[in-house]
Amino acid sequence: MSPSLQSFFAMGGYAAYVWPAYGVFFVVLLVDWLAPQYRRRRLLRELRGRMARQEARKERNHRHSAAST
Amino acid sequence: MANWIPLWLHKLSSPPVFYRFAGRWRPWAIALALVLGIVALYGGLVLAPPDYQQGDDYRIIFIHVPCAWMSLFVYAIMGVASFIALVWRIKLAEVVAMASAPIGASFTFITLVTGSLWGARMWGTWWTWDARLTSELVLLFLYLGVIALCHSFEDRRQGARTAAFLALIGIVNVPIVEFSVNWWNTLHQGSTIRLLGPSSIAPSMIWPLLTMTVATKSYYIASLFGRTRTDLLALESGKDWVRQIAENEARA
Repeated sequence: MSPSLQSFFAMGGYAAYVWPAYGVFFVVLLVDWLAPQYRRRRLLRELRGRMARQEARKERNHRHSAAST
Repeated sequence: MANWIPLWLHKLSSPPVFYRFAGRWRPWAIALALVLGIVALYGGLVLAPPDYQQGDDYRIIFIHVPCAWMSLFVYAIMGVASFIALVWRIKLAEVVAMASAPIGASFTFITLVTGSLWGARMWGTWWTWDARLTSELVLLFLYLGVIALCHSFEDRRQGARTAAFLALIGIVNVPIVEFSVNWWNTLHQGSTIRLLGPSSIAPSMIWPLLTMTVATKSYYIASLFGRTRTDLLALESGKDWVRQIAENEARA
């Protein structure tokens, strides 16, 4: 590692304070960004499951009523 | 006001219309936030000189101050949306208010942690019960209270309206945080950046700070739009437009 890069990461002796601060900033915002996207995907998956079950029930009822008449 | 503005707002407050609107603008908002964020980081971490008293430790300012401003800004937006939700019972206002709470809580949390890391060396303590720090901690609890209250009802809309009421009461804390450094004698330093009159901070330090401020604002818009889209889908999951989206995404 070049000396200038080394001194950049050393942050004048404050590396243990500056870098964790930036780390918290990125990690917290990343979680804030990803959480609703996972929830959105799960939500739509559940909805598709519900729609498929509804469709299947409708189909079954239809066949059932057709058979009884 | 021109006639078309209320009409346009009225149309935009319809969930499927806003869903599409937010989906169109969200990528631009996050792109702008990323570009400005990288520029601000380069300016703050590389180009700006070390402080003559604090050395490189002061570089925490480039995230601490923009996040602190956002913690208040997001609360103000949440307050206004809550007011609209309670008075006019507009569904979109409820959703915007409740979607703002976790984003505001995130910014408040970052503010407290980065402030603590900064104070550790400069003040010689991680925490002190000083007016600015205490009122910011109260702000975090208000955000968490709004989130908890919103989720403690079976009926989502009732939960949102009850939480909106708490958000509205809690807005008294916003000026307390803002002016605490003037009202009380505190360890926290006063403002060095003023809208009116000269700021007491070097230009090489102020431009990365202001760039990061715009970046965090842009991030808020992107995150808010993402959360609002998800919440609208959840709230209207029985409606045709949501079913259409569920089907289309299955095929994609």
